[in-house]
Amino acid sequence: MQYSSKVMEHLMNPRNVGELENANAVGMVGNAKCGDIMQMFMVIDDNEVIQEVTFKTFGCGAAIATSSMATELVKGQTIKEALALTNTAVMEALDGLPPVKVHCSVLAEEAIRAALADYYTRKGIDPTPIVGEIKPFGEDDDDHHHDIPEEE
Amino acid sequence: MDKKFVYADNAATTQVDPRVIDKMLPHFSEGYGNASSLYGLGQRAHEAVEEARKKVAAVINAEPKEIFFTSGGTESDNYALRGMMHSRRAGGRKHLITTTIEHPAILQTCKALEKEGFRVTRLPVDQHGLVDLKQLEEAICEDTVLVSIMAANNEIGTIEPIAEIGKLCHDKGVYFHTDAVQAFGHIPLDVKAMNIDMLSLSGHKINGPKGVGAIYIRSGLLLEPFITGGGQEKGRRSGTENVPGIVGLGEAAYLKMTEMEEESTRVRALQRRLIDGVLATIPQATLTGHPTQRLPGNCSFVFAAIEGESLLLFLDHMGVCGSTGSACSTGSLDPSHVLMGIGLAHEVAHGSLRLSLGRFNTEEDVDHILEVLPQVVARLRSMSPVWKD
Repeated sequence: MQYSSKVMEHLMNPRNVGELENANAVGMVGNAKCGDIMQMFMVIDDNEVIQEVTFKTFGCGAAIATSSMATELVKGQTIKEALALTNTAVMEALDGLPPVKVHCSVLAEEAIRAALADYYTRKGIDPTPIVGEIKPFGEDDDDHHHDIPEEE
Repeated sequence: MDKKFVYADNAATTQVDPRVIDKMLPHFSEGYGNASSLYGLGQRAHEAVEEARKKVAAVINAEPKEIFFTSGGTESDNYALRGMMHSRRAGGRKHLITTTIEHPAILQTCKALEKEGFRVTRLPVDQHGLVDLKQLEEAICEDTVLVSIMAANNEIGTIEPIAEIGKLCHDKGVYFHTDAVQAFGHIPLDVKAMNIDMLSLSGHKINGPKGVGAIYIRSGLLLEPFITGGGQEKGRRSGTENVPGIVGLGEAAYLKMTEMEEESTRVRALQRRLIDGVLATIPQATLTGHPTQRLPGNCSFVFAAIEGESLLLFLDHMGVCGSTGSACSTGSLDPSHVLMGIGLAHEVAHGSLRLSLGRFNTEEDVDHILEVLPQVVARLRSMSPVWKD
């Protein structure tokens, strides 16, 4: 298993690490049992543009690097644009991930959606029609996504 | 490269001692003969192999004729289990006892044997990784053929009570195999005094070459051949002898034997310095394995709120090589079976780090680790959403 130099670069110099005190959107996904937890903090303005975004991650190299890359990708985007971000796009931006690490990029996508759901919840708007179902934090899913995908 | 580099993964593999390389080199060039050939060139290779056999035997108080060279620890483990179980199958005895914390070379072989219809009992271990003799005694039943328990664990360094296990097996009339890949050359082993019937060992864990190991099989113990062919190794393990590798293994074993006392005293002092330093400078760090019954170089820890793989990558960046039992490093769902075996929760086991010191480590190496590791742990914790001071 080998990481791309882009992954290593984001791991050693992660962008946007930390918490945002004035965040109006915070989401946390993953669980400690599986070994990765991602938390995203956002400041979203009235035009629904993500002005600031930071993360905190407990996890492997790929989890940290995908968190870092995901924050870079959604910074300055509108909510609509951020919701269109897929885990594949995060992976591509990192020049790929080893098959066993694909789930880390899924987690990054979910962390963004969890933060955006929180934004709507705080406004008293039901987030589900906009961002979809969000798995409550810490829930261990039976259908685990650590599995190596079948070769295509 | 002026960056400091510290190799602290000697339980994974070791640097070959230059004295070992010196002994090996002539067997690639002028001494290239086949040990089975009758002319002088072949006979000199044969003599070199027999000389190595004596050296390996001496380390564990075995007879040279009880040592059979293999490709390494994994092959030796495979032979011990498969050879023994297959050879006793006709008598209807089908039971094998091992532990939950063995190396995959044992555990995967047990799985394969189960598919063939053999029965395997995997004994649990306590929080320090020790096997309970009472439980072992209770597990032995009428059709038990073999007990296979490692001499020392590769991840947490715990040394099992091999002499007591050997005596119990001897009294109960079952065979005893020990995977001594981590222990051989590092702690005293005596196959006679400890009632060991079979023992696996490897070259590359003792500052010898990779791709060569050996199995000790007590004289008189009948096992069917493991690899059939030209009849080398008394017909048990055919294939042209890896003469340079065998010579290297012999020399590495000889050096370990003659220097064991001095080296283990020195490495234990480094181990103490590292363990004490880590526990004193890093909050919420825990030593895994036994507090005293452990291999000289093994320093294994868990750190709260961080994950082992990212820890290793950051350490590598700072010039320190170690290893982890976190799930992310194994490519599977679960953290290491050893850390699970000693009862650690998943979330705790994810933060594991093993640093294993050896012959070529110095006090400066330990001090470099003690400088770098607290910084890396603190940095990762500052990124961790689950870290609380």
